[in-house]
Amino acid sequence: MEPFYEEHEDETSLELPAEPMKLNMGPSHPAMHGTIRMVLELDGETVRDVDIQPGYLHRGFEKSCERGTWAQVFPYADRLNYVSPMLNNVGFSLAVEKLCEIKVPDRCTYYRVILGELARISDHLTCNGATAMELGAFTPFLWIIKVRDWVWDLLEQETGARMTHSFGRIGGMAAPPTPHFKEATLAIFPEIDRAMLETEKLLLHNRIFLDRTQGIGKLTAERAIAMGCTGVVLRSTGVDYDVRKTNPYMHYDQFDFDVPVGHDGDNYDRFMCRFEELRQSMKIIKQAFDKMPNTGSVTSDDVRFVLPDKQEVYHTIEGTIAHFKLVMEGLKPPPGEVYSFTEGGNGELGFYIVSDGSGTPYRVRVRPPCWYNLRTCREMLIGDMIADIIPTFGSINMIGGECDR
Amino acid sequence: MSKKVLDRLASAFGDRILEATSFRGDDQAVVAPKDWKEIAAFLRDDASCAMDHFLDLTAADYPERDGPRFDVLLFLRSTKLNYRVRLKTRVGDGDSLASLMSVWPGADWGEREIYDMFGVKFEGHPDMRRILLYDEFDGFPLRKDYPIEKTQPLVAYRNVEGIDKLPPFGPDEGQPFSRIDWNARLEGKDLPVSPAISVQVGKRKALSQGSEDVEPVSEE
Repeated sequence: MEPFYEEHEDETSLELPAEPMKLNMGPSHPAMHGTIRMVLELDGETVRDVDIQPGYLHRGFEKSCERGTWAQVFPYADRLNYVSPMLNNVGFSLAVEKLCEIKVPDRCTYYRVILGELARISDHLTCNGATAMELGAFTPFLWIIKVRDWVWDLLEQETGARMTHSFGRIGGMAAPPTPHFKEATLAIFPEIDRAMLETEKLLLHNRIFLDRTQGIGKLTAERAIAMGCTGVVLRSTGVDYDVRKTNPYMHYDQFDFDVPVGHDGDNYDRFMCRFEELRQSMKIIKQAFDKMPNTGSVTSDDVRFVLPDKQEVYHTIEGTIAHFKLVMEGLKPPPGEVYSFTEGGNGELGFYIVSDGSGTPYRVRVRPPCWYNLRTCREMLIGDMIADIIPTFGSINMIGGECDR
Repeated sequence: MSKKVLDRLASAFGDRILEATSFRGDDQAVVAPKDWKEIAAFLRDDASCAMDHFLDLTAADYPERDGPRFDVLLFLRSTKLNYRVRLKTRVGDGDSLASLMSVWPGADWGEREIYDMFGVKFEGHPDMRRILLYDEFDGFPLRKDYPIEKTQPLVAYRNVEGIDKLPPFGPDEGQPFSRIDWNARLEGKDLPVSPAISVQVGKRKALSQGSEDVEPVSEE
């Protein structure tokens, strides 16, 4: 049946004159992951403008870093992106190691790669599961969160904590891999695959899901680049920028993996990119397990930066002194400033650190990928319907801890 | 690798590039605040630099050094050439800097954050508000002379213009912009909870008198 107004000559004459309405969404709203306030300017159900107001989770990360030692930053770094804390830990380690020019053993590097990719898996699973749930598909959310919990079990087995591991160290990792790490990890991969396949089966032929993701929240490549987007948000527009490929750090140049890109930059592309990246992460982990040496230390032996072995601390005077100096004064990087960047869960995670040669960081700036992605979210939302805010905002994967610091 | 960019900058601007350094693989050029926008736009438009990818904008405070107090840093990358460069300028307390929003729109939140945390203002920015903190916040927290233990004063009730409607529920549940003073409330002399309902002050009975109902507000 044709809508009757199409015969009408002047369609607008049927529209009721209306002033734009201001609507406050958040900061405490079930669909606002974390705490974000959006002041919407609505024309009927269409979003005409939106003022995104972050800051409700601001807790002074950068200021807090300036009063402890360099090693005391790790627990704060955990809480930046609490869905993939290991990537933040390793990112900060790499920044300080770049400043101090520390070389870590191969075993440590591969171990970092594996733990980091597990964190990325957990991050992408969370985001896609939540996006599906917000669009009404609760079942895949439960499947996905189930396998994510197994990933967290693995991380707990390795680090002792499910979420806030604080497992990175400057010049290595806190402990070597546990004996059954490889088997335990490889055992859950088929389950992750299955959960993803079933999710895709359920969603990708579902009209509701497709209508609410395809063509919604679109972003062009030029705009994304100029706005400072990175990560999946940028890759979904067709730009193949992944720090692991363009500026390989750790041993990422040794692995065979692809960088999935989209072409429309809409919610659907972001959803699909995340799932494909997840498969690539599992591929990387399998290769890393094959290359990781089974024995050896996971910390550098540079006594200026790394705590000595406990046996040495108890039985030699050098060990005691080194331990005392590192604990009481902290390690002392050379004066200077570096910017170190890695591929975090949501994009380029950069640490700009300044040292004045003392045991306390002079300035720690984290470049949170969410920050610029969230700013770009405004442009994705304008022109769409109010209900489209939920999937679009969900597909940004805004993490409040990282965005507000 | 991106040393080429520094060479290109040196050949194009000569003395106006105050310093060009490479440390641990990071290339950095220091420019004067008056050249900030021009050189940034050059980096984007010049074919041999092509720094189209805006990455980050941040600042650092050095109150003890001679000369201007703040470093403002711009991180750029070229998508075509995969070069990276860091552009730095030094501004003093109270100085302002040209906004880069017309060069990279992504500079918007970066500049707002620098203003919020350091108090450096950007000229030509259309919306220079605080971003992470609230408007009434006293001081700029990432300055070195801001003590980390400092507590902020309680924020007075905001006078929000244009809110002339009463909330559809009782005065307490709404509490849009403030807190309840329970001591005063239990004594029956409640303070206004928000400007929207300030007309109701004094019209409510104390809780001890057993009623929560608010008398209807008469039109004045």
